[in-house]
Amino acid sequence: MRDEDEIVRESAGGPYRQIVARGVSRRDFLKFCSAMAAVLGLSGTFAGKIAEAIEKAERPILVWLEFQDCAGNTEALLRATKPTIAEIVLDVLSVDYHETIMAPAGKQAEKSLEDVVKNHKGKYIACVEGSIPLKDNGVYCCVGGRSAIDIAKEVCGNALATIAVGTCATSGGIPAAAPNPTGAIGVKQALPNVTVLNLTGCPMNVENLTATVVHFLTFGGLPATDSIGRPLFAYGERIHDHCERRAHYDAGQFVKQWGDEGHRQGWCLYEMGCKGPETFGNCPVVKYNEGTSWPVQAGHGCIGCFQPEFWDKMTPFYRRLPKVPGFGVEVTADKIGAGVAAVAAVGVAAHRIARAIRGKQDKKEDTE
Amino acid sequence: MEKRIYVWEAPVRVTHWISVFCLVTLALTGVYIGNPFITATSADQYIMGWVRFVHFVAAYIFVVNLAVRIYWSFAGNKYATWKALFPFSQERIITLFRQMSFYALISTKPPQEIGHTPLGGIVYFLILVLCGISAITGFALFSLYNPAGPMHILFGWVFSLAAIATVRLIHHLIMWFLIYFVIVHIYVVLFLDSVEKNGLLSSIFDGYKFVEEEKTN
Repeated sequence: MRDEDEIVRESAGGPYRQIVARGVSRRDFLKFCSAMAAVLGLSGTFAGKIAEAIEKAERPILVWLEFQDCAGNTEALLRATKPTIAEIVLDVLSVDYHETIMAPAGKQAEKSLEDVVKNHKGKYIACVEGSIPLKDNGVYCCVGGRSAIDIAKEVCGNALATIAVGTCATSGGIPAAAPNPTGAIGVKQALPNVTVLNLTGCPMNVENLTATVVHFLTFGGLPATDSIGRPLFAYGERIHDHCERRAHYDAGQFVKQWGDEGHRQGWCLYEMGCKGPETFGNCPVVKYNEGTSWPVQAGHGCIGCFQPEFWDKMTPFYRRLPKVPGFGVEVTADKIGAGVAAVAAVGVAAHRIARAIRGKQDKKEDTE
Repeated sequence: MEKRIYVWEAPVRVTHWISVFCLVTLALTGVYIGNPFITATSADQYIMGWVRFVHFVAAYIFVVNLAVRIYWSFAGNKYATWKALFPFSQERIITLFRQMSFYALISTKPPQEIGHTPLGGIVYFLILVLCGISAITGFALFSLYNPAGPMHILFGWVFSLAAIATVRLIHHLIMWFLIYFVIVHIYVVLFLDSVEKNGLLSSIFDGYKFVEEEKTN
């Protein structure tokens, strides 16, 4: 239970006041700022600048929309083992609308969204989780009687910036997997004229959302992005190139079967279909759950969830190469290749024999 | 009377054999990269590292070699010309049909050709396209280690056409297509050499073919 005073203190002033009110020491706060500078790929000298920015920051308003999703990114946002500074920084965003965690329900809840759009037009940040279905006029995802595309147009269209969190919101994700029955697409595809930052991942790494918010508070804008709108600080390099198992890859030490000797020794999961070489992300560096672990550290290959349409493009997850279109999933590219090579060899031999027979006939005809 | 004529100039023969060497090296190392069948006994080894290095060096040699051959298709003699890959004149098309009827065992006499045959030209053009796609997808995959680097600026556009995993599959499948080509190519050379008896097989070593006098003009 918190006393009245504390609540008053918390609601007054910007993020820093609240961080102090929560009992975080100055030292821990600066440590957090240095860590954020590192995640953003900035030099250590920026820690001071970040600290200054957070100290001065006004409470930014944020609305969180959920469309065709599983609330996995909400879980990533809310995961709480202990209250971290990152969590508080995210907390101090004035989250005025979030279906999963807000207190009001029904008409009242929808009213808070309307209020934000009306009163803070062009000033709030919109986070979108989940894909937007367009088929059949978008009937497959409606909130309060309005279709997802309708809500997104209004809320994202009037926002300062939109952050698409998770692979569903960035490229359609699992709802958009073949045959995509609802015509699901990502936010940027649905609203090409809106400023959208894509934080892919299934779920996205909340450290990257925190860093994006910190970047926003420090520099007053969104970070530099790659060709598909993902911030370079998080998606600028390949998982494979920062993997802790990379040395085993270069050496030639590979896990051949789950639970074999190599697997127990922590060798490379390349042959088990790890998609680290196909995936851009900072998972090996920042990890998950406050740097506890990440899939490859836990002994499972990457499934490439940071890449667009990973459900279609990265499968089969436990094979090196995707399946060849038109062939069954059990048939690998190499089986098809070797099969056709055998046919070619047999064809060549058959041709030679046929020609030899034909040649003899010919000679006979000539002599007759 | 048969006449000995110089068909394949030195650059044609040298680039041919460098291509052979590169394709064999690229296929062997490529198979290992796709499916590393040798396991290192200690972490001090660098098997995948060296195999990839050899693959990349062979790739560079292959591409430069290809560029030299393309240059020679403009600078070389009439048998080395790029025009051989586009046999679409009336005369060449007639030869093409005669050639196909020979391969289909309808006729037993092959049309006598000194340089590339029309069918050969078409196949070599397709192989050139395949090698081009293989090189582009290969360099694109290679560029992933540094998405800010010049290689990615040159080849990164590939990934706006296809996902990285799909590009890898394409690169892999092209190897198989080239293997089919090699099987058929070697067979056809041996076959024609035995039927035509014009020194076709030895011509890729010494450049000379034996042609009946009236054909040489």
